[in-house]
Amino acid sequence: MLGAVASLGAWVIKQVKDLGGMALLCLRTLRWTFHLPFRPDLLLEQMERIGVRSTPVIFMTGAFTGMVFALETCYALRKFGAETMVGVTVALGMTRELGPVFTSIMITARAGSAMAAELGTMRITEQIDALAAMAVNPIKYLIVPRLLATTLMVPLLTIVSDFVGIVGGYFVGVILLRINPGAFVANIEKYTGLDDIYYGLIKAAVFGFLLALVCCYKGYNVRGGAEGVGRATTESVVMSAVVILMADYILTSLLF
Amino acid sequence: MIEIRDLHKSFGGQEVLKGVNLVIPQGQITVILGRSGAGKSVLLKHMIGLFRPDRGEILVMGKDITRMGERELMELRKRFGMLFQEGALFDSLTVAENVAFPLREHTDLPEKEVQEVVIRRLEEVGLAEAADKMPSELSGGMKKRAALARALALDPDIVLFDEPTTGLDPVVAGTIEELIIETQRHLGKTFVVITHDLKTALRISQKMALLEGGRIAIEGRPEEVLHSGHPLLEAFLKRERYGAPREEVKG
Ligand SMILES: Nc1ncnc2c1ncn2[C@@H]1O[C@H](COP(=O)(O)OP(=O)(O)O)[C@@H](O)[C@H]1O
Ligand SMILES: [Mg+2]
Repeated sequence: MLGAVASLGAWVIKQVKDLGGMALLCLRTLRWTFHLPFRPDLLLEQMERIGVRSTPVIFMTGAFTGMVFALETCYALRKFGAETMVGVTVALGMTRELGPVFTSIMITARAGSAMAAELGTMRITEQIDALAAMAVNPIKYLIVPRLLATTLMVPLLTIVSDFVGIVGGYFVGVILLRINPGAFVANIEKYTGLDDIYYGLIKAAVFGFLLALVCCYKGYNVRGGAEGVGRATTESVVMSAVVILMADYILTSLLF
Repeated sequence: MIEIRDLHKSFGGQEVLKGVNLVIPQGQITVILGRSGAGKSVLLKHMIGLFRPDRGEILVMGKDITRMGERELMELRKRFGMLFQEGALFDSLTVAENVAFPLREHTDLPEKEVQEVVIRRLEEVGLAEAADKMPSELSGGMKKRAALARALALDPDIVLFDEPTTGLDPVVAGTIEELIIETQRHLGKTFVVITHDLKTALRISQKMALLEGGRIAIEGRPEEVLHSGHPLLEAFLKRERYGAPREEVKG
């Protein structure tokens, strides 16, 4: 009993410490973001690594999310004879929720974990110290480009995911389940606004920022050799996913 | 010249440095000897501002670096070179790109001249043919050579070495020692070497200091330190003479 209380206490202390550390890293990163000269070379490199190379996997997850979503909504809406609403349900679901959330979770798994592992390895092999010793600020050189690139690329990839998801929904709804294509498209146009897309993209940008912050923080502060790198990588993925879902709830209730 | 005064540093209750006082003379090789975990790396990293002390000061060319702001510290670091224990080469860059890194970050040299400096530095450490290799393809000794080339790229006034011969076989360690001596003679800069290897320390040092119990226990010319009769040094010497004492097998 006492042991359980103690380990709960230790857990709470660790979370609070992490939160403080992340807030601090966030502030330092913002400060160095506006420090001249800007480094577009580093930013582009990260955008390529985080964004461009993630496109295939986002394509796949987006398509199958839209397709399975169409299957499920068709199953439900058929009970009310409202199959023509499948398209708009998929479109709203993708742009407002599934696109941003699944994209950020996939980017966490693909790019965030790599970020944590790479920074962690640089920490334990003293490459981060070496940067500082060579008069290059590690926050500016390593963290700023990763944070900016992720914040920019997650919304862009979300657009890809939204689009592919809706196309996937169309394929399942119209081609496989024989819903009337005219009504399918007309309802999407009628009930989906640009607002829904923007709203999803704001979420995506916030998720991107948060996942990069978590993964950079975990990687940058690795202790304890290769084992520490492994632990930080796992923790960064788990924590990012939790943070994304929590932020999703908060943003959804705030924005609407 | 570096002057360390009453330097204290703790990590979460563990007191690592307990008042280090040491003068590191200009244009010489100073070796700080101590056993593993004595706080040598911590001390060395203080000299370049990678750690801030809890108490005490470090004067580098007359200025206290422990009170410097980020910007001033960055300027000062350009006059330092540091060789980390495992080299700390950037593993996403080739050897040549690693050596070029400080030049590209801090000088406006045209690409052609950067390449010339890189080749010259790599030749000095005998690594010209490995210029296009990745760090993961290098042996331990080659990594240290490459890291030395990178540390020297900006013509630093002070070069710090963290265990330059640790983890190398005796032959390679010997060539690294020679390289350090030769480079120092050639450049005439201030070298600070930390090591737990008495052989290395005796071979290369002009001034030697023993870090023990968080303080400098003895310092002076290497032969003075060697004959000081300090118990830790006796232990080091015994090991040199007879090899590591072996645990008795009880059966
Ligand atoms: N960043 C750090 N945080 C906490 N403890 C540290 C840190 N760096 C070093 N230490 C501790 O300081 C002590 C001395 O370490 P170090 O200077 O690396 O020894 P060495 O003389 O072998 O180079 C060790 O006990 C180590 O655990
Ligand atoms: Mg050490």
